[in-house]
Amino acid sequence: MNATSMTVAETIRWDRPVRGRVAIFGLIAAEAAIFSIFVVAYLFYIGKSLTGPMPKDVLSVPIFYTICLLSSSLTIHLAVSALRRKGVRGFAVWWFATIALGTAFLYGTATEWHRLIYHDGLTISTNLFGTTYYSLVGLHGFHVVVGLIALSIVMALALLGNVSSEHTERVDVLSLYWHFVDAVWVVVFTVVYLIGR
Amino acid sequence: MSSDSTALPRAEAASRPLVDALHGWVTTVDHKRLGILYILYALIFLVIGGIEAGIMRIQLMHAHNDFVSPQVFNRMFTMHGTTMIFFVAMPLVFGFANYLIPLMIGARDMAFPRLNAFSFWLMALGGFLLYFSLVGANGLYGAGNSPDVGWFAYAPLTSRTFSVGHSTDFWTLGLLVSGFGSIGTAINILTTILCMRCPGMSLGKMPLLAWLNLVMSGMVILAISPLTAAQVMLLVDRYLGGHFFDTQAGGSAVVWMHFFWIFGHPEVYVLAIPAFAFASEIIPVFSRKAIFGYPVMVAATICIGFIGMSVWAHHMFTVGMSSSANTFFVLSTMAIAVPTGIKIFNWLATMWGGKIEFKTPMLFCVAFVFQFLVAGLTGIMLGAAPFDWQLSNSYFVVAHFHYVIVGGILFTIFGAFYYWFPKMSGKMCNETLGKLHFWLFFIGFHLTFDFMHIPGMLGMPRRIYTYEPGRGWDVWNLIVTIGVFFQALGTVIFVTNLLWSYFNGKAAGSDPWDAWTLEWSTLSPPPAYNFASIPVVKSRRPLWDLKHPNDPDWKYE
Repeated sequence: MNATSMTVAETIRWDRPVRGRVAIFGLIAAEAAIFSIFVVAYLFYIGKSLTGPMPKDVLSVPIFYTICLLSSSLTIHLAVSALRRKGVRGFAVWWFATIALGTAFLYGTATEWHRLIYHDGLTISTNLFGTTYYSLVGLHGFHVVVGLIALSIVMALALLGNVSSEHTERVDVLSLYWHFVDAVWVVVFTVVYLIGR
Repeated sequence: MSSDSTALPRAEAASRPLVDALHGWVTTVDHKRLGILYILYALIFLVIGGIEAGIMRIQLMHAHNDFVSPQVFNRMFTMHGTTMIFFVAMPLVFGFANYLIPLMIGARDMAFPRLNAFSFWLMALGGFLLYFSLVGANGLYGAGNSPDVGWFAYAPLTSRTFSVGHSTDFWTLGLLVSGFGSIGTAINILTTILCMRCPGMSLGKMPLLAWLNLVMSGMVILAISPLTAAQVMLLVDRYLGGHFFDTQAGGSAVVWMHFFWIFGHPEVYVLAIPAFAFASEIIPVFSRKAIFGYPVMVAATICIGFIGMSVWAHHMFTVGMSSSANTFFVLSTMAIAVPTGIKIFNWLATMWGGKIEFKTPMLFCVAFVFQFLVAGLTGIMLGAAPFDWQLSNSYFVVAHFHYVIVGGILFTIFGAFYYWFPKMSGKMCNETLGKLHFWLFFIGFHLTFDFMHIPGMLGMPRRIYTYEPGRGWDVWNLIVTIGVFFQALGTVIFVTNLLWSYFNGKAAGSDPWDAWTLEWSTLSPPPAYNFASIPVVKSRRPLWDLKHPNDPDWKYE
């Protein structure tokens, strides 16, 4: 007996989900679970630090950099849409804008951390607030860095002329990851700067 | 028909030098080879973990024994638990899933073959890291040579103060790395099942094994990730001076418990659901009936998946949670018995009125049904908070979860070995040795774990390295230890059988059990491409349709 004998000549309509999208949603679920644990730890430990500095003394709300990161979701969406319409040039422009906005956000985090460490004397081992703050914001920042590396690789490929509309699905998968990183920031922002301050 | 075309490359493979063959195995991205690598890797660790269990049982054989020191005993129970869960049970589950799912859904490989290989080698590295602690954990402090904090590693035992040296770090890193591998494999399995099904195989026509592994991989994604997060926090505490679990600085040891068990309890179902999957494939074939209540089996599995994520704190009743938290976790624990009970009834109903053939795989699965029932009943007992206050951390708990993991999960895995070995190797397992293995292991299992409940009820706590004579524990511990020797002998027979049958077994042919799922439609062992042409299915039992063209399943489904 052989598999060939089971093949029926009739053609049936057979649609299945795109592999890349399913996999990235799986990854996003796993990442969301990881972030949930850090967020729960942050929420649970609010106000439990035994020594200063306390969040309300040292944290200021990073509105500008938050706008940068959130608007990068829009630019990456525009980039993918442009590519879908075969607009390779538009894709490159919007893609570059996304990288620039992401980098600006990282710069914001860097200056904030520099101020906290050298001016306010808050490190990861100073108190419970420092431990939870640097872990949660750092975990998110790590994801931004990974995203930027991936985005830059695609940018380099685009500049070399290797990205065209047939790659839309793949680029779209990367954009889903980037949207997730932005969405996580909404949660981190709310928890750290609105609830926890 | 196509056997001529596949016989040729196999003859070539036999004549290749060993280094070439090994190179082929190390660099492979074929789901079948990776599946076998997972399984062999798990078998090696099964023997190691079994030896660790044996050392503990010899130490506890009689009162005031001094076979090993208390320090070594602590390392043994830590390494035994960690090894068996992460480096035996998980790779066995993933190995079978890897091997079987593409074959059962009519695909040529997993969705992401290279991710598959990467995940396997990550898990392999994790096991290596854990055992490297034996030589590498001395570090600068010269303290400790393998993890001794217990498999759930409660804070503050894992803090630098109480765990000097690097043994705990190797434990953390080993689990972190293998956790990444597990998440990768789970995403791969999920994607394979959703995106690689052959034409005609809608979700409702998948073999139950595919359905159950879909739920399992979803649970891995949601359950292993919290463990990963918790391990990162532990590393922050140990290396960067963080305070997550540092009670001196306002941190909380109970938070670690929650984070660990949010992983720990779903993990039980991550292992149990594939065991259910094996039973759901094997029992129908040896009862000569289609599975009873396919849609209910799927629904019950999804229920278990959801409820299984919300029962974790029943491991923590003795910690002193609020009474509303206790009530919630008692009720959710009781509730999960309902879908599990539905499954047991479905397996029984499948056997009911069937023409049962008691071949070795079926023996293991029948034993599983009854043993898993008993394990579930003691689970209900421990799920009631007041009962748990009495018996938590006693040998009753140890007996309960070994009943689940050995009596439930390991028994079906043995059944799966005997059932799919002909497909993987092309040779039949020896039935006499198989039955000998079953009976030895069955007797050993019941000697060990039935009688282990009793010293637990008499107050013997787990993880003690010795005890005073005259507490009524002595005779029970002796019986428990005697059972271990039966199990060890059974395992030796099992490995002997695998080796003997691989070289001397009679040829299996493509479909030795007269089964109904797609993996039996291709050669044994299957060629690298699995199917010469991608099959098209019309029902849940495509091979039944093929063998009975006048009475196909799709007319009734």
